[in-house]
Amino acid sequence: MTRLLLTGNAAAAWGARLAATDYIPAFPITPQTEIIEALANWIDHNEMDARMVTLESEHSMITAAGTAAATGVRVFSATSSQGLLYGMEMLYTVAGWRAPFVLANVSRGLAAPITLEPDHNDIVAARDCGFLQIHCATCQEVLDNTLIAFRLAEDERIRLPVIVNLDGFYLSFTREPVELPDAAQAKTFVADFDAENIRFRASSPVSQAVAVLGGTPYSYFRYQTHLAAQNGLTVYAELCDEFNQQFGRQYAAIENYRADDAELVFVMMGCFATKAKEAVDQLREAGWAIGLLRPRLLRPLPKEDFARLLAGKQAVAVVDQNLSMGMGGVLHSELATSLYGQSDAPQHLLSFVGGLGGRDISTEEFFAMADAMKQAVSSGQTPPTRLLYSDNEFKEIRKLQAIAKVQNETNGEPR
Amino acid sequence: MIDIPVTLYRNMKNLPSEHLLGGGTPMCAGCGGLEALNQVYDIVGDKSVFVNAAGCMTLLSVYPYTPFRGSWIYTAMGSAPAGAQGVRDALDILLDKNRIGNEDDMEVVVLTGDGSAYGMGMSATSGTLDRDLDYLYLCYDNEGYGNTGQQFSAATPHGAKTATSKGPHGYPGFKKDLFEIWAAHKPAYVATIIGAEPVDLARKIEKAMSMKGPRMLIALSPCPTGWDFDPKETVNIGKLAVKTGIWPLKEYVDGKIIHTKIPRERKPVEDYLKLQGRFKHLFEPQRDDELINEIQQRVDRYWEDVS
Repeated sequence: MTRLLLTGNAAAAWGARLAATDYIPAFPITPQTEIIEALANWIDHNEMDARMVTLESEHSMITAAGTAAATGVRVFSATSSQGLLYGMEMLYTVAGWRAPFVLANVSRGLAAPITLEPDHNDIVAARDCGFLQIHCATCQEVLDNTLIAFRLAEDERIRLPVIVNLDGFYLSFTREPVELPDAAQAKTFVADFDAENIRFRASSPVSQAVAVLGGTPYSYFRYQTHLAAQNGLTVYAELCDEFNQQFGRQYAAIENYRADDAELVFVMMGCFATKAKEAVDQLREAGWAIGLLRPRLLRPLPKEDFARLLAGKQAVAVVDQNLSMGMGGVLHSELATSLYGQSDAPQHLLSFVGGLGGRDISTEEFFAMADAMKQAVSSGQTPPTRLLYSDNEFKEIRKLQAIAKVQNETNGEPR
Repeated sequence: MIDIPVTLYRNMKNLPSEHLLGGGTPMCAGCGGLEALNQVYDIVGDKSVFVNAAGCMTLLSVYPYTPFRGSWIYTAMGSAPAGAQGVRDALDILLDKNRIGNEDDMEVVVLTGDGSAYGMGMSATSGTLDRDLDYLYLCYDNEGYGNTGQQFSAATPHGAKTATSKGPHGYPGFKKDLFEIWAAHKPAYVATIIGAEPVDLARKIEKAMSMKGPRMLIALSPCPTGWDFDPKETVNIGKLAVKTGIWPLKEYVDGKIIHTKIPRERKPVEDYLKLQGRFKHLFEPQRDDELINEIQQRVDRYWEDVS
């Protein structure tokens, strides 16, 4: 067993290396680039038996990833943000090919305005494309779940590409102690790539990804993809148990942090959830019955797990690091979908939006959100969505606006 | 010294008598693109995987039918060459790691229309040329976005009427010189072909198949629906495109451009233009001598530079 200090990016690269990836189509983008640099370095020094090719765009990169997987090799790739969106047409397309591969996405906010810093708008934009999504909060989880992701993608009940998501900067560039699985053991866990019937061989010609005419065949294939994606819940649970037996680390579709006996629960994705954990610990010390649920799987969405884990809770605060313009937080609506009509569902499902473009969420803000949950319970009123923004930030933006000589308008200000 | 035959295809009699591509495809009657593809496929053979981009020929393979005896994958309008990159790299990996034998290797062929080749797919194509990808690219150039009803594309010739250039002077732009753009990348091979000149076409595919690296083919594809002519005229119009000098048959190899069929006495361009509804406004209700001459002069100037 080797323990190393690894960034989230290095952990993702190690996952691809230990999974005996054959092929890495690549394109640099901040904050993902360290992943492909690490892989390129290993390949150049014969430490990894893979081929890497730098495409001229993410659209091409995801195309090549899909066609290589459809030809019958194990493929890994990585991107972020604008890159994920630039390749969006192909995310939908290659998922429909049912050719499995793993794509690391290092989450970063989307333009405009352009930023390098993280939030989840990129990855939630890819919510409906057919890729399964595993969201990570620690570097260890990134590495382990990259290995699990290959098994998940390649499982005969699924055969879909999988995105392993990690937050830019906070996770991608933060070193944490990571236990490196033994290479032979990892290889055994992931096993040889089995292309099954999705492959190109001169001796057994096939047409892949052909057109359909009419809604009947179209609907059939789309439903098949959806049903396969849903199988991800069962398969992920099986794989996590198997992984735990071999490596001694247990994962689940939803991380349950002190939520069993909680009355109030935070729900968050990604590594900012570790900030919520800190707040939960402090609130617990102060006598609050509070906990946290962190979905690792966003697709498939573990709806039943959410309903079960949140049954009987008094209030839930969903903290979204994304913003669907004109609607609000995406995870909040996913939770509402999971809980609506369930007996014993929490009465109050609060929505907070924060952490956009790398903006921190302070412990005090978690306290305020906990307090809002408590007030909702006592008043019987669920408050509307709140956009986290402090008075100090207002002062800061006013200074920037003064420099930019912008006249302040009172209409439509975030408050 | 051994006398190596330059080509298997000395004349029409040497061409394959049976076609590999199945019939009954949904292409239009008289499709010049299908005419070229039929001939190309006979020589490429079924140990091939066609990587297709959005265009007319996407409809060749509609579930559960395909006219191809070999393999096929549909990608998207902008990235078929990148798709070829993934297939070629994966096959090479499988060969290197002894997971398949040589008998399972395939020629990777990109098949796109001019809309993709001259526009949306150009960056992906350029990328494969940087990377010296070993593949064949066949562009069926019907000089417009044919599958959506012949709107003008970057391949549309000056003056042609299209669904988006219906004014009295037709398309105001000029056909982009894709041959020169591709050749500027110095790939292994670039050639223009046309289905109406099957021996020239066969020799070029034969040559391309003997090479490694990017081998790029542009097939001018007379399009009865898009160019507005009777489908029986496809071959005639194709031949006239060559005889008038409008479609120079040439190849780029080893840094040199060679014209493979120089028309001895070029016919006037109007012989070609007047057969097509898309140029009807040059002749009716009255002759547009200015525009006809302009087109003629452009062709003449091109050939002045060809020694």
